[in-house]
Amino acid sequence: MAHTHESNTKRIWFVFALLSVVTIVEVFLGIIKPDALYKTDLFRLNLLNWIFIILTVFKAYYIMWAFMHLEGEKSSLRWSIVAPLVFLIIYLVFILLVEGNYIFDVFAQSHYKWIF
Amino acid sequence: MAATVTTTATTGKTWDGGNEPMAASYGKLMMWFFIVSDALTFSGFLAAYGFSRFKFIGTWPIADEVFTHFPFMHGVDAPMYYVALMTFILIFSSVTMVLAVDAGHKLQKTKVAVYMLLTIVGGLIFVGSQAWEWKNFISGEYGAVESKGGSVLQFVKLGEDGNYERVALEDFAAHLPTERQEKRKSNGIWFESAPALPEYTVEEIAEGLKAHPEVVIKTETITKEKTKEILSREASLAKISDFGMVVKGANLEHNEYGHKLFADFFFFITGFHGFHVFSGVCFNILIFFNVVLGTYEKRRSYEMVEKVGLYWHFVDLVWVFVFTFFYLV
Repeated sequence: MAHTHESNTKRIWFVFALLSVVTIVEVFLGIIKPDALYKTDLFRLNLLNWIFIILTVFKAYYIMWAFMHLEGEKSSLRWSIVAPLVFLIIYLVFILLVEGNYIFDVFAQSHYKWIF
Repeated sequence: MAATVTTTATTGKTWDGGNEPMAASYGKLMMWFFIVSDALTFSGFLAAYGFSRFKFIGTWPIADEVFTHFPFMHGVDAPMYYVALMTFILIFSSVTMVLAVDAGHKLQKTKVAVYMLLTIVGGLIFVGSQAWEWKNFISGEYGAVESKGGSVLQFVKLGEDGNYERVALEDFAAHLPTERQEKRKSNGIWFESAPALPEYTVEEIAEGLKAHPEVVIKTETITKEKTKEILSREASLAKISDFGMVVKGANLEHNEYGHKLFADFFFFITGFHGFHVFSGVCFNILIFFNVVLGTYEKRRSYEMVEKVGLYWHFVDLVWVFVFTFFYLV
C-alpha cells in the first residue's frame, strides 16, 4: 500500500500554517505594492507579479502534495496527473498571452484604431 | 485498503479491475480523471482572461480599485482584505476536510463527522461571502459615465490626503426637471419593457460636472506611473460631448469599474468556481449523512470521504489561482 495509515495531523497543521503565511505575505505585498517590485519589469512582467505567480505555484504544490496526498501516491500516478497539466497549461498560456500581446501591439502601433 | 474496498467478484482478475498498477482504487482514479479535466477547463478560462487582459493591457481595471468593500465598514477603503478572508475560510475548510480523511483512516467515526460538518460550514460561509462580493460588484458604489465609444469615465476629486478619491454621482449631479417615464409592460406602453432608467440622466451629470470645479474625470487609460489617467479640469469638461450613458455597478453589458470584459470574466470565472463550491457542499452533506448513519463504519473503509475530499481540495486549489489572477496580479 502506498499510504501509511499513521496520523498526519502534525503535517496538516504545518501546511496550514505555511499556506496562511504565504497568503498573508501576498496580501501584504498586494496592498503596499512596493515601487521597487511593482515598477521593475522582467520579461515584460513586473517583479511583483512574478512573486505572486511563484507563491501561487508554491501554494498549489502544497495543496496537491499534502492535502490531496499526492506525496503518498505512486510516482506513476503523480506523473500522470502533473505532467499533462503542466505541459498543457504552459502551452495554452504561452499561446494566448503572446497572441493577446500581439493584438495589443497592432491596435497600439498600426493604422487600425480600437474605438472602444 | 484496496482489499477492503474492492469487494466485487472480479477482485484479483487483472483485466477486470483487480489489478491496481497505480495502487489507487477505481473510484479514486476516476476522481483524479475528473479533476485533471476540470483543472484544464479552469485553465482555459483563466488563460482566456489573460488573453483579453493582454489585449487591453493599457486600459484594464486595477483590482485594488474595484474590490474595496469589507462587511460593516461602509465607506472605508479596504482593498483585498475581504477576499483574503475568503481565502482563509476556504483553506481552513480544506484543513478540516483533510483532518476528516485522516480520522477516516483511523476509523474514528465521530471525529470524521465533526470535521465533515466543519468543512460544510466553511463551504457555506465561503459561498455566502461570494454572494456578498457579487452583490457589491453588481450594485456598485460610485457610478460612472460610459462614453459614446464605450469606455468608462469615472469622477474623482483631490482628497485631503493629496490623493484623488472617487466621487459618487449623487454627490455632484445636478437635478434637472425632466419628463422621464419608466416604460413597463404593466403601464401598457408597449409589449416589451424598456431597459431600467438610471438614477441620473447624462445631462444632469454634465451640468453637475460644470457646477463643481473640484470634480475631474478619471479615464481607463493606465499611465506610465501604473495608475489611471486623471484629466485636467479643461479636458474633463471637453469630455462632456462624449458622454453616452450613466452606469452604476456592473452587469454583463455595462461595467462602471472599467472594461466590460472584466465584469464578464469576473461573473463567469468566480460564478463557475462558486458553483463548484456549492456542488462540493452538497456532496459533503451527502457524505456527512453517510458517515453519521454508519455506512462507512460497516464498510470498514472511509474511502468515500477521501474521494470527496479530493474534490474539495481541488476547489480550494482553483480558488488559489483565481485569487492570484483576479485580485493580486
